[in-house]
Amino acid sequence: MANLKEIRIRLNSVRSIRQITNAMKMVSAAKLRKAQDGITRLRPYFIKLDEIMQHVGSQLDNSYKSIYEIPNESGRVLLIVLTSNRGLCGAFNANIIKRTIQCIKNNYSEEYKNGKLDIISIGKKSTDYFRSKKYPVIENYNHIFDNLKFDPVSELAEKIINSFLSAKYGEIKIIYNQFRNAAVQEITEERFLPVVYEKELADLPESKYETYTDYILEPSIKEIYDVMIPYFLKLQIFRTLLESYASEHGARMTAMHKATDNATDLIKELELSYNKARQAAITKEITEIVSGADALSVQ
Amino acid sequence: MNLEIMTPETRLFEGEVKLVQVPGIKGSFEVLKNHAPIISTLSKGAIKIITEKDKKETILISSGIIEVKANHITILALVG
Repeated sequence: MANLKEIRIRLNSVRSIRQITNAMKMVSAAKLRKAQDGITRLRPYFIKLDEIMQHVGSQLDNSYKSIYEIPNESGRVLLIVLTSNRGLCGAFNANIIKRTIQCIKNNYSEEYKNGKLDIISIGKKSTDYFRSKKYPVIENYNHIFDNLKFDPVSELAEKIINSFLSAKYGEIKIIYNQFRNAAVQEITEERFLPVVYEKELADLPESKYETYTDYILEPSIKEIYDVMIPYFLKLQIFRTLLESYASEHGARMTAMHKATDNATDLIKELELSYNKARQAAITKEITEIVSGADALSVQ
Repeated sequence: MNLEIMTPETRLFEGEVKLVQVPGIKGSFEVLKNHAPIISTLSKGAIKIITEKDKKETILISSGIIEVKANHITILALVG
């Protein structure tokens, strides 16, 4: 049986670990709520924009393609990888990194070999990993998560969009964790540019036809369409960042919850063996005293 | 006439209004009651509002999209 002091030290350290994991769980729960609020606030904006976009798209000449839809000949690929700045959130980051490597291997091995693939990493974890493995990380935007607001994200989005328009990249993809609920994240690979916008008018339910309105479009339908697409793209980046942020905290909350539970179990076990050891020590002492006394009384 | 001004992060205005003046990309225009349905893009400028209670309000935007439909105005704005 382990000695009393050893068990006591171990018990104390497990207790403080539990306190830390529990605190981290609470913090993540609060941050998760904040991130979810952000997603909820964005939703009506997104829905309205989509609605207008659908309308404009359906009125548009089918042959018309905006500059954001036409693929260019650059042949270069840009991957935008979203992870977190901090660890201790289960397999959150490992999954994204694994998926990215798989994606490169399956779809872009030629480009990778010829140096035609670049990575923009958002989140310290992927930056560190890809840098250490000598992947071509051209830029990182790790600080963006410190204060997740629309304006800096919009600037970033503009930069990315411009790198497509100037034909630096022919294809831009985003890899991120989509938020399902606090315990479930879904790794998603999304094409960012060139845009494939689905014109879904044919599938609209009857009821939507009835509310169909004949709008005046000013300046012209094409100009409106060309203005709306970058809007849409910026929002898309903002949404993926919010989703990734929410996923991160969901993942950390779950991981820390499990860690707290494990620590509780461990504490129970340790307390049991501590008490056993303590009892054994007492019994031993009594036996010693009694036998000592016996020996004396015999004399 | 109902007006709603949204940004990706918050709702800047919501309520009943008498008149809205917006900075359209080809010059500013006003929306009064029973305006024909319109979709238009907005440039940087000020949205001027006269509310139902004759209060004046001004909101600055950097760009936006306006939709007017059945006395319901929605402005999707970006600020900053």
